Amino acid sequence: MTTVFGVPLPAILGQLMLGLVNGSFYALLSLGLAVIFGLLGVVNFAHGAFYMLGAFAAYIGLQVLGINYWWALLLAPLAVGLLGVVIERLFLRHLYQVEPVYGLLLTFGIALIAEGIMRSLFGSSGKSYPVPALLQGGFNLGFMVLPIYRAWVVLASVAVCGMTWFLIERTRLGAMLRAATENARLVQAFGINVPLMVMCTYGAGVALAALAGVLAAPVIQVSPLMGSSLVIVVFAVVVIGGMGSIVGAIVSGLVLGLVEGLTKVVYPEASNIVVFIIMAVVLIWRPAGLFGKEQ
Amino acid sequence: MTRKTKFVALGALFGVYVCSQARAAADQVVIGDIDDMSSVYADVIGQGGIEAINMAITDFGGTALGKKITVLSVDHQNKPDIGASKFREWADQSGLTLVIGGSNTGVSIAMSKVALAKKVPFIAIGAGGASLTGVDCTPYTIHYAYDTTALGNGTASAIVNQGGKTWFFVTADYAFGTQLQESATKVVLANGGKVLGAVRAPLGTTDYSSFLLQAQASGAQVLGLSNAGTDFSNSLKAANEFGITKTMKPAALLAFLSDIHALTLQTAQGLYLTTSWYWDLNDQTRAFAKRFYAKMNRQPTENQAAYYSATMQYLNAVKAVGSTDSDKVVAHLKKAKINDFFAKDGSIRADGLMVHTMYVMQVKTPAESKYPWDYYKVIKTMTAEEADGSQPDQTCPMIKK
Repeated sequence: MTTVFGVPLPAILGQLMLGLVNGSFYALLSLGLAVIFGLLGVVNFAHGAFYMLGAFAAYIGLQVLGINYWWALLLAPLAVGLLGVVIERLFLRHLYQVEPVYGLLLTFGIALIAEGIMRSLFGSSGKSYPVPALLQGGFNLGFMVLPIYRAWVVLASVAVCGMTWFLIERTRLGAMLRAATENARLVQAFGINVPLMVMCTYGAGVALAALAGVLAAPVIQVSPLMGSSLVIVVFAVVVIGGMGSIVGAIVSGLVLGLVEGLTKVVYPEASNIVVFIIMAVVLIWRPAGLFGKEQ
Repeated sequence: MTRKTKFVALGALFGVYVCSQARAAADQVVIGDIDDMSSVYADVIGQGGIEAINMAITDFGGTALGKKITVLSVDHQNKPDIGASKFREWADQSGLTLVIGGSNTGVSIAMSKVALAKKVPFIAIGAGGASLTGVDCTPYTIHYAYDTTALGNGTASAIVNQGGKTWFFVTADYAFGTQLQESATKVVLANGGKVLGAVRAPLGTTDYSSFLLQAQASGAQVLGLSNAGTDFSNSLKAANEFGITKTMKPAALLAFLSDIHALTLQTAQGLYLTTSWYWDLNDQTRAFAKRFYAKMNRQPTENQAAYYSATMQYLNAVKAVGSTDSDKVVAHLKKAKINDFFAKDGSIRADGLMVHTMYVMQVKTPAESKYPWDYYKVIKTMTAEEADGSQPDQTCPMIKK
């Protein structure tokens, strides 16, 4: 059997495939963070909580309201995105003028409250969300069985990332958003409603996190703590990609998923710190991240 | 205010503080519960543990030695320093006479050091690590319910004897996971089995698919899940998703009723696990479960039942001895036989381990389950000796060889 570094090739291929699946989650989550940071300058620590709320919204939808997975993909991000809009309206917008650390503290507090509420409602061991009937089963790739659902996650995530990138980088709306980031007052002088735009951007970023939550619900246990363990890694991904860079978030999300997958074969104990080692190296070498612009 | 008056004022305030923190009256029973109340293990004991302690106190009559029994509780957040410092604080300031420590072996090891220093009895329930009554044993530590040795003896021996000879472990990378893997490995080897490999996954990993593919590639017959809580749920869930449960037999070395409830029978069916207690064993256990359910709206886990049992044993010992003196109470506990709704043929060994009858269970299929929470069927009943051996742990320094 062919081996690479003493590991059989099929095992490597299998791990790369799984890395791609995890990378898709990282990409989707870091994309929302990057959009919010890029346009609002807010370090959104509640991102993991919105991801968790998205998964719970899908669960509650299924158990209580009878909403199936496909509708949940649309409705859960919408509901959680609306919650994001409310939070932006009521709290976050008062903090744009002060140091970023206040926004960070506010969103961190929101995350703790959201987790606490869900824990007292649903307990800490979480709930199971079934894989939708249409996506059950797996493809036999020869070197591994790839569950159809995981393949779907990769496709959905790449499609959403691509659309978001296109929206921001290639459309008129995106151009206005980017202009507002550079100089909000000037854009406002042209008659564009910047506060409204900022509010919608936050809502959209939050909705992306919730979408990732719905995608994750059938794969992992839907639990109040599912977001807090992921959000730190996702922050590292954003820093590596370059704070606020859309392409950086997508590419580094996918690549780090792959690197993590390989680490799990070569030295599993390090699999939860490898992302941070890479972050440290990148920051030494390129302080603005791989795709970030030096200010 | 001058500097001097400020100084005096501060001194006066300090005096008031010290007086208000005066020790509890002599011989008053003060029970402290130090457990994970908010994180991964909160459903295993958590609030239900406090409820169980209170149920025991109510049944005992609410008072001991003529004084009201006090219960203190704190969330250790799975941090050894919080557990140890709260233990120390209560011992110094609140007249603590007993600590019941919940989940997490790491925290419990740290707390056992305080138990020794402060000479306060410490009953560990939920922490699996056998080292609590081995290398880390103290004269004041009692390990109730189960330990990693019993868990390994139960699940591993049942599966090896049914022909599951080759094993691959997915292990939580901390004290509990490695001790559990060690004890299961011993059993597998002793019964003529082989361990083909093991992988150590960091605590709190959400995606287990990589580790499971490695397990599958090893060609082993049995997938030993040497982890607990959400780690266990997520690894079993992924094993199902990737079709690994079709070629490998999953073995839970520690799974709680709350985990099975969260996973649902659809995912957990057929699983082997070892438990010290189950709510639906007999009329006695069902009676306790019914009372607990009325308060908590869920069936008790083995640990919550153990909380009740341990509290009751302690209060009975205090009554028998006629004081809260730690040495006398522990000596009495180690002499007494324990037979209640929780433990059958129970006794506390010289090293502090409470040994008793345990059960190897198989999780029912959705079709076999007839009513809510009807999850387990008994595969094997293990005597105390089968579960933990007849000899005290020789690595415990208190044991004279």
